[in-house]
Amino acid sequence: MNKNRKTLKMPVRYLMNAVLVVLLFLALSYMTGNMLSTYQNKVLMTVGINIILAVSLNVATGYLGQLPLGHAGFMAVGAYTCALFTKYSPLPDGVSFAIGLALGAVMAGLFGVLIGVPALRLTGDYLAILTLGFGEIIRITLNNIDDVLGYSLFYGSKGLKNIPKYSNFANVFLCVVITCFLIHAMMKSRHGRAVLAIRDNEIAAESCGIQTTYYKVMAFAFSAAFAGLAGGLYACYIGVLNPSTFGFMKSIEILVMVVLGGMGSMLGSILSATVLTILPEATRSFDSYRMVIYSLVLVLMMIFRPGGLLGSYDFSMSRIVEKVMNGELFHKKNADKEGADHE
Amino acid sequence: MKNMISRRNFLAAAGVVAAAGVLTACGGSSSTAASTAAASGSTAAAASGDTIKVGVMGPLSGNVSVYGQAVVNGATLYLKQVNANGGINGKQIEILTEDEQGDATQAVNCFTKMVDEGMTALIGDVTTTPTLAVVAESADYNMPMVTASATAEAVTYDAETDTVNANVFRATFTDPFQGIKMADYAYQKLGYTKAAVIFKKGADYNEGLAENFVNEFESLGGTIVDQESYSEGDVDFKTQLTTILGKDPETVFCPNYYEEVGQILSQAESVGLTVPFLGGDGWDGLEGYATNDQLKDTYFCANYAKGSNAEFEDAYKAEYGEEYPNGFSPLGYDAAKTVVYGLQAAEDAGLEAGTDDYKQAVIDAIASGTIDGITGTFTFDEHHDPVKQTAILTYVDGKPVLKEMF
Repeated sequence: MNKNRKTLKMPVRYLMNAVLVVLLFLALSYMTGNMLSTYQNKVLMTVGINIILAVSLNVATGYLGQLPLGHAGFMAVGAYTCALFTKYSPLPDGVSFAIGLALGAVMAGLFGVLIGVPALRLTGDYLAILTLGFGEIIRITLNNIDDVLGYSLFYGSKGLKNIPKYSNFANVFLCVVITCFLIHAMMKSRHGRAVLAIRDNEIAAESCGIQTTYYKVMAFAFSAAFAGLAGGLYACYIGVLNPSTFGFMKSIEILVMVVLGGMGSMLGSILSATVLTILPEATRSFDSYRMVIYSLVLVLMMIFRPGGLLGSYDFSMSRIVEKVMNGELFHKKNADKEGADHE
Repeated sequence: MKNMISRRNFLAAAGVVAAAGVLTACGGSSSTAASTAAASGSTAAAASGDTIKVGVMGPLSGNVSVYGQAVVNGATLYLKQVNANGGINGKQIEILTEDEQGDATQAVNCFTKMVDEGMTALIGDVTTTPTLAVVAESADYNMPMVTASATAEAVTYDAETDTVNANVFRATFTDPFQGIKMADYAYQKLGYTKAAVIFKKGADYNEGLAENFVNEFESLGGTIVDQESYSEGDVDFKTQLTTILGKDPETVFCPNYYEEVGQILSQAESVGLTVPFLGGDGWDGLEGYATNDQLKDTYFCANYAKGSNAEFEDAYKAEYGEEYPNGFSPLGYDAAKTVVYGLQAAEDAGLEAGTDDYKQAVIDAIASGTIDGITGTFTFDEHHDPVKQTAILTYVDGKPVLKEMF
């Protein structure tokens, strides 16, 4: 490595990214106010919610290297927690929504720990089956809990109604930013490196003194908590909750987004969540053929890019800026490789 | 290696190009659709337009598409007939159709999409959960909305807050209504005093019918000897049926959908439970699933009895080249009739399409109107549910036959 290589200091990096996020927000909110129809705004919000879901599942799938199939279950926990809190809380709108979302995330995180402790003793198929079972338990519990306890709170299959519709573009965007930032920060920290080490070789990681169980459960709970956040946003977006929304297929849908984007790539998850949410809507004019287009994209992707859109590549603005500063951007290959390894 | 274009890379490139082509095509067409919609929407608002835009939505694909297609076909059929007869006061109806795949999120997207395209009234949605999501959304626009088939009480009336969803009507009778009607029929007409119930747990429709049947039957003075339930995906009902057999009922109320009813009837026969069964409109289509013997003396209620309106059935066949698939088509037809009834009143009043006054006029007209539908002539009660008679059907030689209107 060249010692004279110019680098950016951390505060500069954060500042640069913060400015870009604010600019993106201003651009998008200008668009929502002036250029996009109500319908396109709605789609944009579902894109945001799906980004949070995909990015959060990416923690467990891409970074931790497990295959959980119960993500919709965590989403349901967050959705119902947030919905019930906002519905009955006497607090002012904004406060109650913020607390509801936080509660939803915390509750889902707790369930993440609860299920993570037994589940993460297993790997691969076994873990997939166990988490799948967990997702179903959540759904069926929500369906029947009112009958068992004898009061009307969750409304089961009748549907939980009158949830205040607090979600709008600004707060969905804010949640997306918070989610991406926290997950990014976590993955760049000591904890994140421990998680990656476990993914790459669990035995080697353990022999280096990493507490594998602790870190696995932590990553899993982290992933669950953000799914809960997305659930909360969803509840206050749609206004009506029914346990059947959070079935097995919802988990698969999220997993498809992560796999398509590239496991372990946050930008990949964001891109594929965006594409897979917009694609079925943009192809409405094709009637029933649109589902074929959706499936065709999946098939082609898996044949030609089995690692996903971006593989495990992650975008870093600072890295590009540093390259520009060092005049490395266009002489390729070697510098590129080193940069990637360095990161 | 470096300069070789492998077959794999070539294919990959071809795939990417094809996908890009498809995507640009989609992008292009959707944006033109959007811009034409925006343009026509603004002209409609500006010059009150030459067409009236009516939205029709339902699950046209996905696992409840059998209901969605039936409703959408039925509704479209009526709207086309109106157009063929000169439209509403000379204005043609433009039909906007969207597929929501039985999903609440997509239903809301479809709804707002059609609103953006200048919809003046909506026929839909079909199943309960997406309908509830659309109801919550439509209140913001005060959009007149008639659902053909969503039977849950909460669609038109919110019991939690004791408010009626002012802009929502339905053409079908409700779950509670069916349960109550069948209890009345069993006790008063058929003279049963001891009944058992078997229903699917965790499903709004089945629970709604069962609960109201039980309450009504007991308040009439009958006895419910046993209530059994099963879960989604169960195929073996013998345990429940044997328990019911032990309690010795005179009839069993089985408010479930026809595939399961078929299995329940055959298994009941095999455990020796031979009392007549009763059911709700989910029995529609049962004839292929049970033997003539098993269907003997069974009764169920329905909105529409096959054969009671030859004109509709012939028109359906002429339009789509097949028999109408199930009871959802006549309901879609009547929902369309209800919407057109409201639109007619608003047009007669000379209001401008799409304005708040126009929507309110449509809603007011429907709320106070009398609709001469093919599932009976009906008015709307204070909960915006139709007040109409129920067709009670029974099976003769394995075919459903209208027993009487009740």
